[in-house]
This record gives sequence, structure tokens and C-alpha cells, in this order.
Amino acid sequence: MGTKLNVITVSINGASRQLPVSINVAALIEILGYTGKRIALERNGEIVPRSTFTTQQLADGDQLEVVVAVGGG
Amino acid sequence: MNDTLIIAGKTYHSRLLVGTGKYKDFAETQAAIETSGAEVITIAIRRSNIGQNPNEPSLLEILPPSKYTLLPNTAGCYTAEDAVRTLRLARELLDGHSLVKLEVLGDPQSLYPNVIETLAAARTLVAEGFQVMVYTSDDPIIAKQLEDIGCVAIMPLASLIGSGMGILNPWNLQLIMDRVSVPVIVDAGVGTASDAAIAMELGCAGVLMNTAIAGAQQPVLMARAMKQAVEAGRSAYLAGRMPKKLYSASPSSPTAGIIATTRG
Repeated sequence: MGTKLNVITVSINGASRQLPVSINVAALIEILGYTGKRIALERNGEIVPRSTFTTQQLADGDQLEVVVAVGGG
Repeated sequence: MNDTLIIAGKTYHSRLLVGTGKYKDFAETQAAIETSGAEVITIAIRRSNIGQNPNEPSLLEILPPSKYTLLPNTAGCYTAEDAVRTLRLARELLDGHSLVKLEVLGDPQSLYPNVIETLAAARTLVAEGFQVMVYTSDDPIIAKQLEDIGCVAIMPLASLIGSGMGILNPWNLQLIMDRVSVPVIVDAGVGTASDAAIAMELGCAGVLMNTAIAGAQQPVLMARAMKQAVEAGRSAYLAGRMPKKLYSASPSSPTAGIIATTRG
């Protein structure tokens, strides 16, 4: 994992993805196109509160889950 | 008539609660839900489709939290841990919203609830400040335990999820209603309008359904039928039905003044 310099590898919804080092959660959300959208994010099993999006830095090997509301009973 | 449903301190005028799954598109979802008159609607929490156009309309844009009380559910969860995790995400997604539907399933064929895991999840969620409306079996003892844990509504199945088999055990529903004081809402099994009416005539506080509407040939028309059935059933319950008798010897028309040929 993260063998290339300046790159980290994280898992997003089960898929592996390379991101620049020193990226924070807000920047990832922007890359995914979810800025301002109703999503919730879990990092390594812990909720990431929206208020900490700009302060939490991602690390190599992070397991991320991004969820949305969908139709259901 | 001032007859309202109170769940966790909030007052509702509709006793029909509906799911938002299985519709052919958002337009049908929106039309059916609006027609149903439901104020509380369930939603599911799922992984986002990374890479899909993020600007496509989302469910919460057509069913805004400002208009409906959203009830995030844990459908598809088979352990207490997954259910709790899902609802923590839901709370974050919905800005701290605490009213949730807990549902922990036992197996994927029957979708019957796993009450052991459900009890465990309910304890954790109540301790974390969630207001838990809980889907469960029609076991009156478990229902009472869920109330004692602090659940704000007990939601027994009438028959299996998505089966449309109707109210299979009215006696157990009655036993539950006799034992718990929070609202008892039939969740799952309703197939058509008469099923919803029967649940309400029994004295249930409400009915939650999804497939009965979404799976109808004309979902919007069925949404209307369900709204009417829930209202009719509730009125009949409040009115107090006449006693059942094998026969009565009490005709509806006066017995005096009948024109009859005198025989003799």
C-alpha cells in the first residue's frame, strides 16, 4: 500500500483508490462530487462528523464508507 | 375529529406510514407518497455509487426532510452491530435526527426478524439517544421487553415482509396491544386495503407498508385506497362495532305497521 511517493491508497465503498498525501475529508468529498450533497461518511468504522471534514486528514490504508439515503421500506 | 397519533412526543394526523422502495421511478414514488397522506416515511441507507453522476436527483430532494418525518431503517441488517452502525450513519446524514426504524432480520428467505439481535441493538440505540421504532415478531413478551428497553413504538409483523398475506394472527396483535402502552404499528404483511382496515379495527395505532402500495398494478391508486382504509378502520375502531351474533331476531325496520294478509 502507498508504495508511490506522495500517494496514499484508501478503500472507498470497497474499491481501492489512490489519493494525494495530506488530503483531508473535505477535499475527497469534492473529488467525488459530493460537496453540499447529503452524504454521511465513516472512516475505519467511526463516523466522521461533518464539522471535522476540513480537519481530518486521510491516511494510507483508510477504509471509507460513503452512504446516501435511498428508497426503502 | 381530533384523533392524532403521537410518536416520541410528536403529533401526526395520518396513521399510515409508508416506505419509499420498489417504485419504478422517483415520479411514481413522489406521487404515491403524496397521495397516501403519510407523514412518516421510511428510507434506507446505502453505499453511494462512486463514479455515478453526483448531480442526479436524490431521494431526499423529492422527499425533503422539511416536509416529511424521515424514518431511516436498517433493512438488510442481520446483526445488531450492522444495524447500529447503519443508524449512526443515518443520524449523521440527517443532521442529528434521532427517530429511526430498527429492523434486524433473521434470514434472507423469510426476512423474519431476529429478536435476539433486535433486543441487543435496541439497548445500544436507546442508550445512544435514538428514538427507536422497532420492527419485531408478533411475540407479546418480546414486544413488552422492547418497550421496557425504551422503544417509542412497537411494530410487529402481520405476516412476512413483502408477502401481502395480511393479518395472520390478530390474537397476538391484541396481546401486544394489551401489554404495551407505546403505539403499536403493524409493519409488514399488509397486501390490500382490507388488511389495513382490519389492523386499524383491531386498535393498532397505525400501519406501515411499502410493497402493498409499490407492488400494486397502480401504486398511486393503491396509495389512495390505503389512506382510505386506514381512516375507515380507525373510525370503525373508535365507533365500536356492534357485537357479533349468530342471529338476532332484531330486524332493522320497525316490526309495527307491517302490511300483511291475515291468514286464518
